[in-house]
Amino acid sequence: MAKTFSIRRQRGFTTIAMACFFALYLPIAVLVFYSFNAGESLASFDGISLRWFTKAFQNQQVIDASIRSLQIASFAAVVATIAATMAALATTRTEPYRGLTLKYAFINQPLMIPEIVTAVALLIFFARVKIWTGYSGLGYLIAAHTAFCIPFAYLPIRARLENMDLTLEKAAADLYATPWNTFRYVTLPLLWPGILAGFMLAFVISLDDVVITEFVKSAGQDTLPTYMLGQIRRSITPEMNAISTLFLLLSVCVVTVFFIVNRKRV
Amino acid sequence: MAELNAVEIRQVSKIFGFGEFAFAAVDNTSVSIRQNEFFTLLGPSGCGKTTLLRLIAGFEYPTSGEIMLNGENIAAMPPFKRPINTVFQSYALFPHMTVAENIGFGLTMLGKPKQEIKDRVDDMLKLVRMEALAGRRTSQISGGQQQRVALARALAPQPKVLLLDEPLSALDYKLRKDMQIELKRLQAETGITFIFVTHDQEEALTMSDRIAVMSSGKILQVGNPREIYDAPADRFVADFIGETNFLKGRISSVTGGIADVDTPVAGRISATMPQDFHAEGEVTVVLRPEHATLCPPDRAVANQMTGTLENVVYFGTDTHYHVRLSDGETLFTLREQNKPLQSARFNQGDTVGIALEANAARVLRN
Repeated sequence: MAKTFSIRRQRGFTTIAMACFFALYLPIAVLVFYSFNAGESLASFDGISLRWFTKAFQNQQVIDASIRSLQIASFAAVVATIAATMAALATTRTEPYRGLTLKYAFINQPLMIPEIVTAVALLIFFARVKIWTGYSGLGYLIAAHTAFCIPFAYLPIRARLENMDLTLEKAAADLYATPWNTFRYVTLPLLWPGILAGFMLAFVISLDDVVITEFVKSAGQDTLPTYMLGQIRRSITPEMNAISTLFLLLSVCVVTVFFIVNRKRV
Repeated sequence: MAELNAVEIRQVSKIFGFGEFAFAAVDNTSVSIRQNEFFTLLGPSGCGKTTLLRLIAGFEYPTSGEIMLNGENIAAMPPFKRPINTVFQSYALFPHMTVAENIGFGLTMLGKPKQEIKDRVDDMLKLVRMEALAGRRTSQISGGQQQRVALARALAPQPKVLLLDEPLSALDYKLRKDMQIELKRLQAETGITFIFVTHDQEEALTMSDRIAVMSSGKILQVGNPREIYDAPADRFVADFIGETNFLKGRISSVTGGIADVDTPVAGRISATMPQDFHAEGEVTVVLRPEHATLCPPDRAVANQMTGTLENVVYFGTDTHYHVRLSDGETLFTLREQNKPLQSARFNQGDTVGIALEANAARVLRN
């Protein structure tokens, strides 16, 4: 019997796949490994210890930066997800109309604009606003993060909505559900995994941002990534490895939680 | 006083698009649907039947005209306020709810008490014979079962009118036959007016009390299945409902509703005239394929034609013959019922005669 075509049986497939995985994960594995280094040096491994983790946890600057990062990411992700949900509903829960593609393009444009351009634009813009209002709190960072998180939240929500039968809402309306009840009992429960995915993605993206944060932040508003960048400019210690490892752990946790929650609801 | 019609469509138009792209999906149409009637909108795809249904359901609003439900104009009422429910072609069952929750949805939205909803859902499950599957997700049941749930869900709130949008088209032949009988039973048991949309003429003929045949946004004929089949109003209806043979001819005389028509291919044929129809000169005569039989070409019978047998198609219950008539142009179709152990009486290429049954021919109203 002739075997059906499968890309997995092509010559060299395994080699290429392994090479890709190596390139992706080897540096991270090294980083995680060295975060357990007992010694001071990055070059030699002097036995296993948790001293750099302890050091990181005792470093007030790290703690402050982490809390600030989580604050910004939570706010930004919540607001961005709400905005993205509304945008996705408006662009998919209707019969296609002229100009719809243009709207998709507008919503996704931030993905195409070089981040550095946005960063410079925001720096100049917020500098003006700061003079006018006198306010210089975290609001600017939250606003900036919200803005660039919207397209990331929008994509999974829209994908979810596009796979949803438009007649479901018609059926609900037909069965005496007001527009609000239709949303509450039909659209929202079905959309929930998409919203969650959008939120997670926005959260991780915000947590991770360096460029825009670096430009927008005022003095003493370091987030964890910008703090790390600042430290590394001076000297690289295994403490950075430990912080990175913790960061990685948080990211993996977020994705795992999302995966589990998403699998339960089909 | 005559009973109020369940639904009355009064000069309703639905125009999509603007300017030169404007297109009337429903074109100044009027029709009355009686109480407790199984009414079918029949027509090819794109004829406007689904648009008309959506206008009644409230998913579209008419460009002009009135839609009366038991005497009240509902043309501008949103769908969730209309006491009308729909069975969708795709069923549109809520995938995140169980079978029972789906059926109870309408009643829940109407704010009925919990116990009443539960009782009604149980009744509905019994009505569609789905008691055992109440707790299942809709993704875990078969297409036929989904169909029943969709029906039960639409019937549960006891609507004044039930709309069915080609609900059987996704089912296989055998299941479709069962559901046709099932639908008739449900309609009789619930006493609800059914408006059924289909492009399947057989479905329409077997199930309906009355049929409206639609084409290009207009209703061409309304009547019971027998009227529609036996006395089609025009060429479109005659052609769309069942197979039909058309013969051109010239009326020579009319006596007592029977016209003698001279046809180039079959000589003089006596054909029934439609009521209140007077015509002279050129007319078209229609003949159903089952109202003619093949015979040897030399038999001298009235109403007989000859031709060459071009094609024999075996259908199990009957056999279809396609005969090229002596003018070399017209292809005449006949249908004969198959008898036990009967072998083919005629073969491809044979010269055959066609004997028409009495009263088989009918003059077409243009």
